[in-house]
Amino acid sequence: MSRLSNRLTDLLGLTAFALIIIGLYMAFLYAPTEVNMGLVYRIFFFHLASVAAGMIGIVVVAIAGAAYLRTNARAWDRVAEASAEIGVMFSTAALVSGSIWAKPIWGVWWTWDPRLTTFLILWLIYIAYLMLRASARDDARVARFSAVFGILGALDVPLVIMSSRIWRGISPVLFQETAQGFTFGLTGEMTQTLFVAIAAFILLYFYLLIQRVRLEEIRDEVVAIKRQLAAR
Amino acid sequence: MTFLRQVAAIIRKDLTAELRTIEISSAIIFFALIVLIIFNFAFELQVGSQEIQTLGPGVLWVAFAFSSIIGLGRSLAVEKDKGSLDGLLLTPVDRGAIYLGKVASNFIFTSVMEAITLVAFIILFNPPSLSLLLIPYIILGTLGLSAVGTLLAAVASGTLIREVMLPILLFPISIPLFMAVIALTRHAFQPASLLDISGSLSLLIAFDVIFLIVAFLLFEYVVEE
Repeated sequence: MSRLSNRLTDLLGLTAFALIIIGLYMAFLYAPTEVNMGLVYRIFFFHLASVAAGMIGIVVVAIAGAAYLRTNARAWDRVAEASAEIGVMFSTAALVSGSIWAKPIWGVWWTWDPRLTTFLILWLIYIAYLMLRASARDDARVARFSAVFGILGALDVPLVIMSSRIWRGISPVLFQETAQGFTFGLTGEMTQTLFVAIAAFILLYFYLLIQRVRLEEIRDEVVAIKRQLAAR
Repeated sequence: MTFLRQVAAIIRKDLTAELRTIEISSAIIFFALIVLIIFNFAFELQVGSQEIQTLGPGVLWVAFAFSSIIGLGRSLAVEKDKGSLDGLLLTPVDRGAIYLGKVASNFIFTSVMEAITLVAFIILFNPPSLSLLLIPYIILGTLGLSAVGTLLAAVASGTLIREVMLPILLFPISIPLFMAVIALTRHAFQPASLLDISGSLSLLIAFDVIFLIVAFLLFEYVVEE
């Protein structure tokens, strides 16, 4: 790793850190309190930012998987694996924060509303992906199989979104407000806060991705060195 | 033309193998019947009642899903165990032809299982109104399930815990398919009601088309050694 790219990674990390601090300030102090939901709504900034990072995660898994199948380069497989692990983290955060949000607003921890359902299925796909990686017989197979499954998983997400919206249409609608995005109006300050929060989490995602890929590279190096020593 | 003949040869091979091990195929069909009977006790389904119309579609598709996953898993596990997949890959046959042949034979086998299960369902529960539209809906659902199931069965057969791996991989991916096909089946159970099915129908067709094409393209990466 060259010094320049090290510097750039550090810069990325610092920017993400700064944006998170600014985002925290904006989410708790700058954005006005929402009329109907009160203070609780502020978790929505973290929730939506985690959703964004979780979605990017599966897209990167699929792109890296496709690139691996084309090039057979181990580097792409590392990216896919790292992205899946970080994606699981963000989508878990999205599910948990969604639940915390739902409790005071709707009085229940969980509702089968389209967005929560979509995210639960995305989370299941992520977990299945990691289980597949853990159970394949050898490294080359892990990489090929998980690339194939990652591509299927990412293609499935738009279909899941479509189906959970249609499904809501035929089951009794308990929470009308979820039918079309957010019915509560966002003020200018809220929108700005939302953008900062999403940008912060996306930068954090990429920073973690780079670090995780680097860790895997170092691990591969160690394995190679051990092999050399053993061969002596 | 040769491509189609290759596909046909794979189908013929699979069906011959299936007919020679008829006891396994009949065991899978028997399993589907057992699932139906368990549901009867779980939900206390009254013959010909209103409940059949609301719960029937779900009962039917759970029975289909559980039984088809056994068939799907077996169709590639058998090839792996006996080493016949390696033989198949050595023949000058296009990988895509192997995939399509496998999808077709899985589709045929699953359809036969579903037809028998459906007849048993009608006899056992006597649904008050059932439209013939159910047949195209089941065909579309089975096609999508075979398309993605054949690819994922090939993936699962290369892992250490393949019996568990296939449902873990297949069910999350096929949730949109089940949502759409169960909505359509519900419509077939209540043909008089004005349920809007256009969304579900286009979703189901989109699922079939997308995953047939993608799995066709990806299959060679899974079976290659």
